[in-house]
Amino acid sequence: MDSSTIIAVASIATAGLTTGIGCMCPALGEGRAVATALTALAQQPDASATITRTLFVGLAMIESTAIYCFVVSMILLFANPFWNHVIAGAAGAAPK
Amino acid sequence: MRLSTDQLVFWQHGFFKLNGTIVFTWGLMLLLAVGAKLITRKLSTDMVKRSRWQNLLEIVVTAIEKQIRDVGLKHPERYIGFLGTLFLFVALAALCTVIPGYEPPTGSLSTTAALALCVFVAVPLFGIEEQGLGGYLKTYVEPTVIMLPFNLISELSRTLALAVRLFGNMMSGTMIIAILLTITPFFFPIVMTALGLLTGMVQAYIFSILAAVYIAAATRGRKPKPKPKPKPVSGPPAPAATT
Repeated sequence: MDSSTIIAVASIATAGLTTGIGCMCPALGEGRAVATALTALAQQPDASATITRTLFVGLAMIESTAIYCFVVSMILLFANPFWNHVIAGAAGAAPK
Repeated sequence: MRLSTDQLVFWQHGFFKLNGTIVFTWGLMLLLAVGAKLITRKLSTDMVKRSRWQNLLEIVVTAIEKQIRDVGLKHPERYIGFLGTLFLFVALAALCTVIPGYEPPTGSLSTTAALALCVFVAVPLFGIEEQGLGGYLKTYVEPTVIMLPFNLISELSRTLALAVRLFGNMMSGTMIIAILLTITPFFFPIVMTALGLLTGMVQAYIFSILAAVYIAAATRGRKPKPKPKPKPVSGPPAPAATT
């Protein structure tokens, strides 16, 4: 197994794992946030504007961690610096 | 696979590149400026005879003003120029996705980093304007001096978070649509475009509300001034003795 194969395998596996774990945990957190917000809404319906706004702001903050994981996956798959380096080396070495 | 509009080049001459981000951003700016100029040419205070575009603008402006006031900023007219523009630009960038051939320029890290840098510069400016230079710098050592590095790091990290959050949401929307177009054309891309519109509006709201919260924290000071305690009234007056 030469280094380019190792880089490819590591990138692909890590990208999949990052998206998998990175989407599970924020989803759990958002589920708890929405459940608590619904309970609060049921207890105080006239505060619904504040509760809804705070809920959306909180959801966006939690969502941003999932977005970080997604961005890292995309970088690993499409803008991978290690892979570009390997490809540049192979392209330089091959047509000799 | 094109990651963002930075790689879509319309025209190139040596070093200068006219890429998709620049073209779409300037298109949005033109749309906002010319639209606003045309609508506000003849404003009327009459309740009945007014154009519907003026009504639309008034709804938008009063809604933003109410949101800014709810966040805790007492004088929304000072901040609505900055915060309102942020919201309108990001929201319009997401809404125009219905135009074919258009991709939101906020799907490029350059645009979102620029917007986040604007917020990063604006927060100390508003804070210094409100509290003076010394008063604002004192908020960095507010609970204790040991918190100084953490406060500085939190300033930088929330700017980074603003940029990456908006970029990630917009880029993922366009990328999902592009991937689905190659797999199941026609139905699912439309559903995902609708979802992209929804998340675009939510992200526009989130971006401006977070900017407003940061400005409110900077102008209020990190420790809210304690309200003066009301003097304790003596116990309930004894019932008048009836003799």
